[in-house]
Amino acid sequence: MAAVIPGLAPAAQPPAVRARRHQWLSALRAAARTTRGAIGLGLASFVVLVAVAGPWLAPYSPDALQTFPYGKPSGHFLLGGDFLGRDVLSRVLDGGWILLLMALAATAFGIIVGAAAGVSAAYLRGLSDGIIMRTIDVILSFPQLVFALLLLSLIGPKLWLIVLAVGLSHAPAVGRVLRSATLDISEQDYVKAVELQGVRPARVMMREIMPNLISPLMVEIGLRLTYSIIIMAGLAFLGFGQPPPTPNWGTMINENRIGLSLNPWAVIVPALLIALLTIGTNTFTDAVARVAIGVERRPEEAALIDDLGPRDTG
Amino acid sequence: MSTEPPVTEMAASSPPLAGVRLEVRDLEVRIGAAGPDVVNDVSFSVRAGEVLGIVGESGSGKTTVALALLGHARRGLSIRSGEIRLDGLDLLRLRPAQLREVRGAKVAYVPQDPAAALNPALRIGTQLEEALRVHPGTVDNPSGRIAEVMREASLEATPEMLRRYPHQLSGGQQQRVSLAIAFSCRPSLIVLDEPTTGLDVTTQRHVLDTVRSLCRSYGVAAVYVSHDLAVVGGLVANVAVMYAGKIIEIGSTARLFAEPVHPYTRGLLAAVPSPERAELLTGIEGQQPRPGRRGGGCSFAPRCSFAVDRCSVQTPEAVSIGGRIVLCLRTAEISGAAASRPAALARRAATGAPAVLSLRDVSASYGQTPVLFGVGLDVPAESCVAVVGESGSGKTTLARCIAGLHRDWTGEMSFQGAPLAAGARQRPKDVLKRVQYVFQNPYTSLNPRKTVGQIVGQPLEQFLRLSFRERTERIATVLDDVSLSRNFISQYPDQLSGGERQRVAIARALVVEPDLLICDEVTSALDVSVQAVIVELLRRLQRERQLAMIFITHNLALVRNIAQSAVVLCNGAVVESGPVEQILEHPADPYTIRLISDIPQLAVAGSAGGPDGPIRSAVRTQPAARPASQPTNP
Repeated sequence: MAAVIPGLAPAAQPPAVRARRHQWLSALRAAARTTRGAIGLGLASFVVLVAVAGPWLAPYSPDALQTFPYGKPSGHFLLGGDFLGRDVLSRVLDGGWILLLMALAATAFGIIVGAAAGVSAAYLRGLSDGIIMRTIDVILSFPQLVFALLLLSLIGPKLWLIVLAVGLSHAPAVGRVLRSATLDISEQDYVKAVELQGVRPARVMMREIMPNLISPLMVEIGLRLTYSIIIMAGLAFLGFGQPPPTPNWGTMINENRIGLSLNPWAVIVPALLIALLTIGTNTFTDAVARVAIGVERRPEEAALIDDLGPRDTG
Repeated sequence: MSTEPPVTEMAASSPPLAGVRLEVRDLEVRIGAAGPDVVNDVSFSVRAGEVLGIVGESGSGKTTVALALLGHARRGLSIRSGEIRLDGLDLLRLRPAQLREVRGAKVAYVPQDPAAALNPALRIGTQLEEALRVHPGTVDNPSGRIAEVMREASLEATPEMLRRYPHQLSGGQQQRVSLAIAFSCRPSLIVLDEPTTGLDVTTQRHVLDTVRSLCRSYGVAAVYVSHDLAVVGGLVANVAVMYAGKIIEIGSTARLFAEPVHPYTRGLLAAVPSPERAELLTGIEGQQPRPGRRGGGCSFAPRCSFAVDRCSVQTPEAVSIGGRIVLCLRTAEISGAAASRPAALARRAATGAPAVLSLRDVSASYGQTPVLFGVGLDVPAESCVAVVGESGSGKTTLARCIAGLHRDWTGEMSFQGAPLAAGARQRPKDVLKRVQYVFQNPYTSLNPRKTVGQIVGQPLEQFLRLSFRERTERIATVLDDVSLSRNFISQYPDQLSGGERQRVAIARALVVEPDLLICDEVTSALDVSVQAVIVELLRRLQRERQLAMIFITHNLALVRNIAQSAVVLCNGAVVESGPVEQILEHPADPYTIRLISDIPQLAVAGSAGGPDGPIRSAVRTQPAARPASQPTNP
């Protein structure tokens, strides 16, 4: 190099590339920068904030009888009373965190089981593929809610079982998505290169394939989180939640729907929070997916990649 | 540049045919509305019946210029200013509806990859009709015209042919169909965007002949974009060399090839391998700056061996010298410097060493389709054997069988005296370590989510128990060997250029010190200037490390530089083998003779466009027995 031009020094890497060590974070960050992502994240974090900070902000005990059944909202009881005369505001603030926690746990469980099944089915092919995929087909033939209900009615409404049942009901869908993504990746030369070194299949899957599944995984996590919340709330509405005195948004809708005309807030507020949360996570997930497949790339970036990217002669 | 007369008017070799058909002035394409420029200050003109070549490395903006000739800018790019006059009509001033009428009818485009450009769900007859139906009135008798244009493109105009789907044609035939579609409406200008890049030499040659004769007989102006100087040389009368979005040298092909002035042109020419003699190839190190990072001064200065201090400050102006225009500050000073002929290499005869690897009667198939028939091959220790053949000859399958990637083969393979198991998983660890493989395409062979250090260190982790410190040390040493600095350890593949990626792939193969290295078309996805660097690197490493090497290629010109002996494959069978000199100088098999005569060379086309220029008759090239369903090189 005869002369070094400041702008051309090899050290000058765009910051976007440098942040690669935290790929998960950088995908999320890129999504949060889009309008769609910002709205989704805003909505979801508002509901999460209510659920997490709620127990400390609640003005009364959620279980104590404070006012008349279906009491109208007043200065003391901002959202009125529920069917037993407990403070609706306190119950709303207190009833979110457990729902969220269970949804998260169920999602994590479902994603892990689904990813393991999908990736190994696609990579190992043959008999494993057949067994895993037919099992998935069987589970898929039950609607998700029915599948969860089936397990719960067999063993009884235990919290861990709700988490397990909901999680397991996600696994087949997650598995299918990741299987098709893995089919593409496992044909790539960089996977072949590692196979030629005699690396064991489990290691190939963990070290070579999984890092390349980040985008579909992110999308699945968001989507499944949304479904978890809906199913959890639905199960609570159907009576498969925590036992009665504990507040829960899903249970609240069920308990208070008879008095809808007397104090609508006891139903509307928990329903609204569930709706905002699902809309929020769904919108944000959508943004992540768009960033991942490149729809939301800025045109300049897209042009650079198209114009100067690799000539693919594969 | 606008003060200079259009270069083709000065070029003495262009005959006084019709007038100028295409004139481009001060074309400028930017990213977004006011972003950095991708293409800047591009001016040229093309006469009827003449072909202008636009040459440059990937990222030089040549495809952007080609697309601008159709009034099109890719998503995110916009044509900011300039004129593109076709028969006097400025395409950049047309409304979208008018532009649509011009495209296809007056300006036609032939894309790089015909397999992607033809609709796989439509018969080729339908696709040929489409162009004529969209532009009614351009020809009198559409069905007659289809038969005519098929014949002109050297395709059989039979109804069976028209009823075929694109996947039932070979790559060369697909590209001819693209050509036929482009010529069907008798356009004034045809833009060819690397139409032969994916084709092997023989097919490439015939497609080029077709282009030339079609342009000549219709008086069509053509712009031919390519990264390969040798391909362009035989076809075009004038060449424009592009670098970092600008034309840095433009002039008649003969002059430009004989006495290149711009240091970049010199570098490109020196990088083209010659089949005549083994030479030390000198590529151009470094990579060109991307739009927005081109800085002040001359964009080429950081890679230029002639650069002086002012080159990085002062932006060069166009200088007219010896019948061409050059964009270099030191044009006057360096134009006298003779183009350095690459140094010849000492011959290295094949050693009489015992074979490291020997194949006897190896046949392979993909399912029901046989691909290899009784191949025999010996790789002596410390020497390089080239396996040469057209696409579909089975050379990549052979490499994959040896490496253990393709298990469906019969016959005998022995490595260092012991028989080799079919698949990599059945082979002992020690054998896996001793046989290493470098993939064709460095854009797909490196895991995009791993750093260079992780990629190169992976075989070490697998085969050797080393401490972290020892491992890092070995990674750094091997990166050093492939001329990459230690700074690359923490980089990700998409931060690297194609040449750098391929070096990483080579480093990964060499880090465990194998005895046999299999290189599968390792330069076919790279620019010519980068190819030279990689071939030199492999040649040096093979000698230094006393490696046995199998070098798979379709480029016979490369063979002489790197290999001591060669094996020629045709339709899955060995037709000839022996020392490289013998095969290149005294080929015995007709297939080898044809392959050698089809190598594009830096020879200049005898005044293409002139009446006395030799037109090779375009012969059909479809190899006789090639089933349509045969898998292409994966």
